[in-house]
Order: sequence, then structure tokens, then C-alpha cells
Amino acid sequence: MSDMYNVSYAPHITSNYSTRNIMQDVAIALIPASLFGIYNFGLRALMILMISVLTCVMTEYLFLKFSKKPITKSDYSEVVTGMLIALNLSANSPLWLPVIGGVFAIWVVKMLYGGIGQNFMNPAMAARCFLLISFPTRMANYAIESIGANTNLINKMYYGAISVDSISGATPLAGLKAGESIKLFDMFIGNINGTIGETSALAILIGASYLIYRKIITLRIPLSYLVSFAVFIAVFGSKGMDLNFIFAHILGGGLLLAAFFMATDYSTSPITPNGKVIYGILLGILSGVFRVYGASPEGTSYVIIIGNMLVPFIEKISLPKPFGKEKIKDVE
Amino acid sequence: MKNAYLERLKNGIITENPTFVLMLGMCPTMAVTRSAYNGLGMGLTSAAVLIMSNLIISALRKVIPDKVRIPSYIVVVATLVTIIQFLLKAYLPYLDEQLGIYIPLIVVNCIILGRAEAYAAKNPIGLSTFDGIGMGLGFAIGLTAIGAVRELLGNGTIFDFKIMPSFYEPIKIFVLAPGAFFVLALLTVFQKKLGNKRVIKGKNSATTGGCACCENADVCAVNKSDNKS
Repeated sequence: MSDMYNVSYAPHITSNYSTRNIMQDVAIALIPASLFGIYNFGLRALMILMISVLTCVMTEYLFLKFSKKPITKSDYSEVVTGMLIALNLSANSPLWLPVIGGVFAIWVVKMLYGGIGQNFMNPAMAARCFLLISFPTRMANYAIESIGANTNLINKMYYGAISVDSISGATPLAGLKAGESIKLFDMFIGNINGTIGETSALAILIGASYLIYRKIITLRIPLSYLVSFAVFIAVFGSKGMDLNFIFAHILGGGLLLAAFFMATDYSTSPITPNGKVIYGILLGILSGVFRVYGASPEGTSYVIIIGNMLVPFIEKISLPKPFGKEKIKDVE
Repeated sequence: MKNAYLERLKNGIITENPTFVLMLGMCPTMAVTRSAYNGLGMGLTSAAVLIMSNLIISALRKVIPDKVRIPSYIVVVATLVTIIQFLLKAYLPYLDEQLGIYIPLIVVNCIILGRAEAYAAKNPIGLSTFDGIGMGLGFAIGLTAIGAVRELLGNGTIFDFKIMPSFYEPIKIFVLAPGAFFVLALLTVFQKKLGNKRVIKGKNSATTGGCACCENADVCAVNKSDNKS
């Protein structure tokens, strides 16, 4: 048969987007945050990033091999998962932590449910929750070895910028909870303690604007997430309309990373336009609840997976009305 | 005749294992298998109740009127559970403390009522007792296996003996509730793979999944319409 007679089903006009392209873009968008993490926390952060990505890729490969599925060219989604897991770990984590996280994320959360697009939960976030429950002290270990300002360049590179500046060990969110003073500019630039990827709001925003520019994500989810979160903090947070306090909450912790990279994950967020807004608002309120009333300073990863599980219901109530149709009679 | 008894044992332990195949009694399975000891204790307690209840219900099967059979079974099972609970309190107080509310809850355990309804009510005493032994052992083995794996991963020990090397850091999630689900699913996969070779062989799609490797493929409507076309 000649290639001229290309008989296929509709649709006949397709876009250039493929899973591979999209995931490649997401990975590129994560690079600023990763680079800043490496700058901030030193070569150990790089090692954790590499181990995490490698584990995810290997797990997917081995799963496909042992379940006798065709091993296709990687679509980069496991690279993104690996990067997200590492960005959500403290640079102090032992090196086996990303390995356990990566295996759990790819094997249990993603592949056992049928691979990319079938997983109902964000693998990276599920892995983070798994690690948080399993190794609570390891995950909350943000202690920093202070090496002082006058060391040589190699030491600086090895230990990272944060050790040189001898910043206090507590993460800004823990500080907020304890009522410490707020340094908004440091939080925006990333001159703070935290997990590898969450510290610099600037780096995250650079990555996010790349995604928005490439039309990989829309602003619906992140914006409704952040706005509803800010409103919640303004109403229920102890400080009222204190803008400093609200912005410190938005910039602190993994909220921005979650809003732009985790909440917008295609397979675990609603596809309907209105559903995205509902989903964002839901996440914002939940994040606020966890921040204000929760025992631990941070609950963003739990928020995301709770939201993930509600996605089918959100999609059901937010089905758009087809043009020209009076009323949707039966959703089923 | 002897084979029928052995068949009952094998049926309970392997072919229709209550934990991994019938998926009955999930509540105690999830809740008490934090350690191998708890799993074994719960399994054997349930097994004892199950054997006795099968025996008594089978003996009474012609006396119990059909309309009130479930309440009658409950009376029998509840009596047995009360006895067992008193015995545990007297002789194994530690186990009683560990299992707590789940001992009285054996009364409403699906396996016990299920076997009474499905088997003991229709079969002679001898076979029913062996059915109880088989099912009880199957349940005990299932719970012990789940408990052992959870204890090993979540605490590094089995029956409180240290198994894992000292550098092993316990994955605590396995002794918490989510771990029960992970381990149950994992062991069910193993049981399916090793014990139950029910997968239809000879069809090429059996390796890739899909309709043909389903257990109900022969009677399934989807499959039949496929065959016609």
C-alpha cells in the first residue's frame, strides 16, 4: 500500500504537541529551580537530583522490561517526576531517600495504574507523602553546616551558597509559625532554607512563565490556587490583611512549586475549563487550612493528592454545555 | 472420602484463600496485621471460632429454620467469640490488649458467616469442620504473611526477632494503615502468580493483558461479540 493513501480516523488536523514535547518543556521549566537549588545547597543537591531522575528512568525501564511491555522511547515524564521528587527533598537527605521515593512514584503510583495518563495521583507528590510518613525526621532535617564566608571556591561550590551566608536552620514557614520576622526579599530571591527546589520564588516563576509562554499550562489553576489561598490566609490567618504576612505565606514552602508544576499536571488535574478553576480554589482553601490549622508548617503535598482524588468529581460537575444544546440531560 | 477432606483443606488454604482470593474479612486484615505476632494471633483466634461455628451450625443445619438462619448463626458465633475472648483475657492478656476491639468484631467477620451460609448449612459435620480448618488456616496464614512483611519492612523484625541489618532504616509507613493496603495488594499478586494458575493459556493476548486473559472470558458478552465478528 502506498503512503499516499493514508486512511485514518478523525481528527485529521493535529497540533505539534506530543507528550514528549510537553514533558520536555516541563523539564526545561524546572531547570531554573534546579540550578538555583544546586547553587544554594551545593553539589549534594545535584547528586540528589541526578539519583532521583536516574531512579525514575530505571524503574520505568525495568517495569516495562519485566512486564513484557514494549519499551518505547522515553517521553521524559519520568524525568520530570524524578526532578520534582528531588526538588521536594531537603539537600540533607540521605542518598537512598530519592531512590525509595522514585521507585514508589514510578512503580506503585504510575506504572501499576497503567502508566502515564492513567495515574490518578501525581507520582512525585505521592512519593513525597510516602517519604514524609515513613521518614518524618529525615524529611524535616534542614540543618545547615555553616562554613563561614572566607573559604575557597571549591568549598563554596561543594557546600552551596546557603552555608556561606550562615542562614538560620529553620525554614521560613517554621519561622512564620513561631512568629519570627519576615524577610520578603530573601524569600523571593531564594536566600532561605527549605527543600532543594522550593526556596527561590524567582526561579520557579521563570520556569512557570516559560511554560505559560509555550502554552503548556494556562493560568487558570495556578492563579485560582494562589488567589484563593491568599484570601483564605487574609481571612483566617491570625494577621488579617497584613500584606507582608500573606506574601510570606505564598512565597514560603512549596506552594509556588506546587501551584505551577504539581497542580497543573495533565493527568491529575481536571480537563474542563471551569473545573480547573474549581480545582484551583479547592487546593487554595485546603492549603490554607493546612497552613493555618495544621500541626506541621507545610501540607502542600497532601493538599495536591487530596485534590487529585477529587478530580473526577470536579470534572463531572463542570462539564461545559455544548454550543446550541439546551440542557445536558444525562451525564452518564 | 478421605480425598474430600483433604480437598477442603487445600481449598481453604490455597484455591479459595479467604484473604487473597475471596477477599473476605478485610477489616481485621487491614487493622491488626501491624506485626506477625498480631496477625498470627488474630488468624488463629478467628480459625478457632470458625472451626467450632462450622461444626455447630452444620450439626444444627436441619433444626435451624430457614427464615431465621442468620440470627441463629450470629447467636452461635457470638457465644463462641465470647468464650474465646474470656480465654484470651485469662491466658494471653498481651494478645488481647493488642487486638482490642477486633476480637468482639469476629462475630461479624464475613468469613465466618460466609462459610456458615455457603458451606456448613448444606454439608455434613465432618466436611464442614474440615472446611473450617482449611479456611481458618488460610486466614491465619494470610494474616501472618501480611503481618510478617509489614513488620519486616516497617520495623525490621519478624516476631520481634531482628532480621534486617542495623543500617536498615524502617519504612514506617508499612506499620501504618496505608502499608496494609500496599502489602495486601502485593501478596495477592504473588498468590495469583504462584498459587492460582487460572490464567487461560494458549491465547496470545494473555501475555499482553486484555479481554482474553480474563477469568470470565468464556462467558463474557464482549468476548463473544468479538468472536462473531
